[in-house]
Amino acid sequence: MSVEHGGGEALLHVYRGDASGGQEVEYRVPVEPGMVILDAIHWIQAHHAPDLAVRWNCKAAKCGSCSAEVNGKPALMCKSRMDHFPAGKPITVRPMKTFPIIKDLVTDVSWNYEINKRIPPFSPRPGASWRWQQSDVDRVQEFRKCIECFLCQDVCHVLRTHELKHQFAGPRFFVRVAGLEMHPMDGEDRTRYLKDHAGIGLCNITKCCTEVCPENIAITDNAIIPLKERVVDRFYDPLRILWDKATGKS
Amino acid sequence: MEKFETHELDVLVIGAGGAGLRAAIEASTQGVSVGLVCKSLLGKAHTVMAEGGIAAALAHVDPQDGWETHFCDTMKGGSFLNHWRMAQIHAQESPDRVRELEQWGALFDRTTDGRILQRAFGGHTWKRLAHVGDRTGLEMIRTLQDRGVHQGIEVCMECTITRLLKDGDRIAGAIGYWRESGRFVVFKAKAVVIATGGVGKAYRITSNSWEYTADGQALAYLAGAELMDMEFVQFHPTGMVWPPGVMGILVTEGVRGEGGILRNANGERFMWKYLPEARRHEYAETEEEARRWLDASVEGTQTDARRPPELSTRDNVARAIYTEVREGRGTPHGGAFLDISYLPADRVKRKLPSMYHQFLELADVDITRQPMEVGPTTHYIMGGIRVDPDTAAATVPGLFAAGEAAAGLHGANRLGGNSLSDLVVFGRRAGAAAADYAKQLPAAPRVDDGEVQAEAHDLLAPFERSQGETPYDVHRALQECMDRHVGIFRVQEDLERGLSELEKIKQRAAGARVEGSRLYHPGWHLVRDLRNLIIVSEAITRSALLRKESRGAHSRLDYPNQDTGLGKVNLCVAKVGEDMRVSTAPTPEMPAELKALFEPVKEKVG
Repeated sequence: MSVEHGGGEALLHVYRGDASGGQEVEYRVPVEPGMVILDAIHWIQAHHAPDLAVRWNCKAAKCGSCSAEVNGKPALMCKSRMDHFPAGKPITVRPMKTFPIIKDLVTDVSWNYEINKRIPPFSPRPGASWRWQQSDVDRVQEFRKCIECFLCQDVCHVLRTHELKHQFAGPRFFVRVAGLEMHPMDGEDRTRYLKDHAGIGLCNITKCCTEVCPENIAITDNAIIPLKERVVDRFYDPLRILWDKATGKS
Repeated sequence: MEKFETHELDVLVIGAGGAGLRAAIEASTQGVSVGLVCKSLLGKAHTVMAEGGIAAALAHVDPQDGWETHFCDTMKGGSFLNHWRMAQIHAQESPDRVRELEQWGALFDRTTDGRILQRAFGGHTWKRLAHVGDRTGLEMIRTLQDRGVHQGIEVCMECTITRLLKDGDRIAGAIGYWRESGRFVVFKAKAVVIATGGVGKAYRITSNSWEYTADGQALAYLAGAELMDMEFVQFHPTGMVWPPGVMGILVTEGVRGEGGILRNANGERFMWKYLPEARRHEYAETEEEARRWLDASVEGTQTDARRPPELSTRDNVARAIYTEVREGRGTPHGGAFLDISYLPADRVKRKLPSMYHQFLELADVDITRQPMEVGPTTHYIMGGIRVDPDTAAATVPGLFAAGEAAAGLHGANRLGGNSLSDLVVFGRRAGAAAADYAKQLPAAPRVDDGEVQAEAHDLLAPFERSQGETPYDVHRALQECMDRHVGIFRVQEDLERGLSELEKIKQRAAGARVEGSRLYHPGWHLVRDLRNLIIVSEAITRSALLRKESRGAHSRLDYPNQDTGLGKVNLCVAKVGEDMRVSTAPTPEMPAELKALFEPVKEKVG
């Protein structure tokens, strides 16, 4: 295989394996200008390993399918430029660690879809006017940029290290709930869901999720912290607790 | 004999983009049991990549707009090969479908008086595209996805359907495999809705993802349904041309809608040269007039200035760029310059955020400071499964189709923005009609076990072969064949050569071999995709040979003009025995009241 544009060769260490185990396998890949990790994975599929499992769709950071860990960092492979890695050193590509492996770079992310089902859905307030200003929805539109790559879920140590999937919905779904809670037409109150089911109290705002978000959503500052405040106001405000007791609401 | 996991349903929807989701939501609302199958994870279908907007005559920005003008624009854009009734339904119903999306939680960009904002797009007389920056498709699929999920629709993710099953003439279900395990699965279903999208992976330079392998068209064809208008493949004028890894990736028409100017390597704004004489009066005559139109557009005010020439229809702009490059006026990487850097940087970033990031991160180009380089890329197929305009029923009982997989709405060329509206208008109709059909069916159709076993055997054959080439090589050969012989400009000789090459590629695909286990095996999956791609490539090529004229997206160098006779027929493709037959069907006659809409337009303008 001749190398065009004198781009040279890259060395990739790609994880190959399934639930029963596996290891990194080394591949040499010719480099073209502007090449991304996903291009290299496709090249390996076409030339060496037709059975190399990988998810991808748009190749332009719009669908959030090709999530993996490149040199240990959660990233979209379609956005990871080869020329951003040090020349001459192998690049490791591994599946997301937080989710069970299916094969090679493909993991079982179905847990996320189960969490999504449990979120109280969009419920418009009856009789409200469907007119609002752009500035009223700028913030919610930020949340709705989410492409569900689940990199924030992958990096979140509540899920990754402490494996609390049964107690904690994860940053992706706090972003989704924030989008619903701040929607100008929505009338549902999701604070009890956030406290009792989504486990928002477990987040200790290390901002790892914000750092890996390919859509640059300010997950911690704009979604999680305001939601935590809503939960605190609703359930932990001493005056409110007294008031609720006095009026028989609690 | 292998045992199969079996699901029994009233309606099976194949494909979970906008059309499939909307069909499933509608069928489920009608109270029948619905299964929704998709090849990727939910929410990753091609709809998510749609950028510019959804066309609907809401008349929020240009109060002169109405369904009649949208209807006329769609018919003119499609060179009158569209089914008039589909174009009428589409224009009349799309405003309601957009409002419905909003009521389900979608947040479109707003006008200053708080309503849904609309932007200009090629071929649309008025500003008509409801949008969310340049990520309209994401907003739409997420809205539909959440609506469907909360409605309790069963979604089978990463499942590929490989054959439709029949009981006599009727649809009885489908068989496929789980991508994860490679195990087979049978869906017994009274009705099937095909919403599988397009065929772009038949070409090398394409804006389409791996999923676009013509599954729905091929499944329907093999089940005996007719395809129509297959010669009309849309080459989007603006795909990225550099770097090589992203060649073909879409650059939204929204860039031109927001004021993007096309220039060749000499700095010439060339689109004026390519405006068709009959429609020249609709476009600005000078740079000054185009600028006035843009300024009014930015300020949200009314103007008598006409739109810039870059907003000509997609077929025309694609040919213009291709011609500029071929005649030696291309950019360093073989495209045209598309420039929006003359506008304030914050406006560009706000209206086109994903384009800004896409170019900055993938091509090292800052579009607020430099022009983009763009060129035509395979984007969409106007043709597809022939359907009844009101019910989306295909020519096989129990089979329905909607969205890109269906034919009829767009005729010879689709206008930008008419695809997202197509999905929700006809997705809803297909879902309703399929539910209706399933309810009225006296007994569940019977699935023939022999048919199931034969398909399973066929699917496993690539593992059994002791020799044969990798499917990736065959795919590459197919894409090169279609790029070279059945591309944007076509001639008899090339098409004939393409057809004979396809015959050889078919043989090669039939002998492709894979190794390993059935667990998540992309190479094995590609073997089945190739069957589908080859069927549709042949349909495109045979139809292109027969249409000896140039119309819409189909450009014949050897027949550069429109032919009056061919302007009155659609080409239909069907399987007869083992052969592919192409026949003509007269385009349905438009009623007088719709014909009349095309006459007074000029007087209104003048």
